[in-house]
Amino acid sequence: MSRPMMLSAVGLKKRFGSRTVVDVDRFDAPAGSTVAVIGPSGAGKTTLLAILGLLEKPHAGQVYLDGAPVGVRDKAARMNMAAAFQSPYLFKASVAENVAFGLKLRKVPAAERRRLVESSLARIGLEGWESRDALTLSGGEAQRVALARALVLRPRVLFLDEPFASLDPLVKGHLVFDLARIIREDEMTTIYVTHDHAEAMSIADRVMVMREGRSVAHGPSDEVMKLPPDQWTADFLGAGRPLRGVVAGSVEGVLSIDVSGVHIHAVGVLPEGEKVLVGVRPEDVLLFDGDAGIPRSSARNRFHAVVVELKMWGVMHQVTLDLEGALLTARVSNSSVREMGLSPGMEVQVVFKATAVRVRSESSGSGEIP
Amino acid sequence: MQVFFEAIVQAIRLPFEGSHGLLSVILTTFEVALLATLIGFILGTPVGLLIGASRFRGRGLLITLTNTGMAVPPVVIGLVVMMLLSRRGPLGPLELLYTVDAMVIAQVIISSPIIAGLTSSAVAAVPYRLRLQARSLGASWFQEALLILKEARLGVLAAVATGLGAVVRGVGAVLIVGGNIEGQTRVLTTAIVQESRRGEFGLAIALSLLLLAIVFAINAAITWFQHSGEKAGRG
Repeated sequence: MSRPMMLSAVGLKKRFGSRTVVDVDRFDAPAGSTVAVIGPSGAGKTTLLAILGLLEKPHAGQVYLDGAPVGVRDKAARMNMAAAFQSPYLFKASVAENVAFGLKLRKVPAAERRRLVESSLARIGLEGWESRDALTLSGGEAQRVALARALVLRPRVLFLDEPFASLDPLVKGHLVFDLARIIREDEMTTIYVTHDHAEAMSIADRVMVMREGRSVAHGPSDEVMKLPPDQWTADFLGAGRPLRGVVAGSVEGVLSIDVSGVHIHAVGVLPEGEKVLVGVRPEDVLLFDGDAGIPRSSARNRFHAVVVELKMWGVMHQVTLDLEGALLTARVSNSSVREMGLSPGMEVQVVFKATAVRVRSESSGSGEIP
Repeated sequence: MQVFFEAIVQAIRLPFEGSHGLLSVILTTFEVALLATLIGFILGTPVGLLIGASRFRGRGLLITLTNTGMAVPPVVIGLVVMMLLSRRGPLGPLELLYTVDAMVIAQVIISSPIIAGLTSSAVAAVPYRLRLQARSLGASWFQEALLILKEARLGVLAAVATGLGAVVRGVGAVLIVGGNIEGQTRVLTTAIVQESRRGEFGLAIALSLLLLAIVFAINAAITWFQHSGEKAGRG
């Protein structure tokens, strides 16, 4: 099996007319990692992917593959890559011919091609579909063919541009599951563009958040998701805004952080007195009635708080809580909101584990998360 | 009506009369039409591909030139080619005037812009993302160009059929540069012009019907090719 490659870039800029659509200082995808590039429509994600995939030339900047500078004319470099886009863009031909397209370009002998096409289709759940007309497939089937067409090449870097955006949730769920498995098995470096952060979380180990062509956060998914660098990113990711605090002490690797007088416990190693940012994913915060008896658990953080605001968040509710001055966000199901009778001004108990808290020194900069 | 009826009978009988002259006219018609369309395809398709599938400085000018080329009357092209090939013209030493080659040159000038213009529209309709997709799977620019033509094949074949039609219609040009010399540069259209002038309307119409039959056969072949492409596309 081929070894995955490291993909990186510096100083990428791309303009369409007078509008700068991509202005990214740095991009890093370690070998074998899955990097999700997320952001709203028009953030420049697809253009960034086209530049990284050596499909379009940037106006400035350089892409590196395993440390070596590469460009659009570098066919040998492009042969290590493959992509699947939001629309399957199948060619006017049979399923087998579509899947064999890249193999033919790589001059793979016909018999070997047939074998690879067959196994690739079987792997993606389309066993025996070789002779079907590609243009008569349903959206989900066509997307599977498009994925098989990219995966059959065993690329060392795989680019996926919102491959499931136009599919219904059920089909999407199956495909994300299958794809995540294949990416794991094949050990490819994968760049995954999406505007759906839940999808990104389920597949990626690193995240880059883009806004208006720029990278506003870039780092391990867990860090970016828990400690978004600014309010816009926090809102986009559905995360609470990071809290500012000071390390008050440390016992056996568990930090006690003073946030406006409230002591939050977190796992980490930082010196006493260090100014830090503290983040907790809203999904990790549990709410109980104000007077409920909370069962014993390993959760170190237990507070009384007041509900400040309730907002709809898809099939969930986002609840802003005031912990004696520190604002925290929790996410609860709509039925929980009804059962608990949650409303602004109501007192509740808040519980979360020390391991669910992400801490970063304020001096380590914002945006670029190491 | 009588003249039409007689002409139809004459048209049916014509090929069986074994006239050596007629056979030469038909063969020359085929030679000029197919050669001019083929060369027009070879020259026009890359230009159409360039205009339709890429952005570059001077593209607007090239589009305007192509569109103008599509609208130039064949007699004007015939006149210009005649002046170029005439004894005192810059290409006079080649001694091509009043030869089949001269007719082909004029007809290529007629067919190329048409094939280029219509091909550009056909390939412009191929989604850019589909090309990116091909590129992302490792296609070189040449392989990408072939894929674009393959995806736009219905339109490209329609461009070729239209180019062929223009070549067949371009009687003015071939009359001027070919001279309608019997046994050498006489083609069906020039023969039709001549027979009408001589008042041989029956024969002129018979030749017209024969020409129509030939054009119909060639177009039927192109349509078959288009449809077989479609079927192949559908698996």
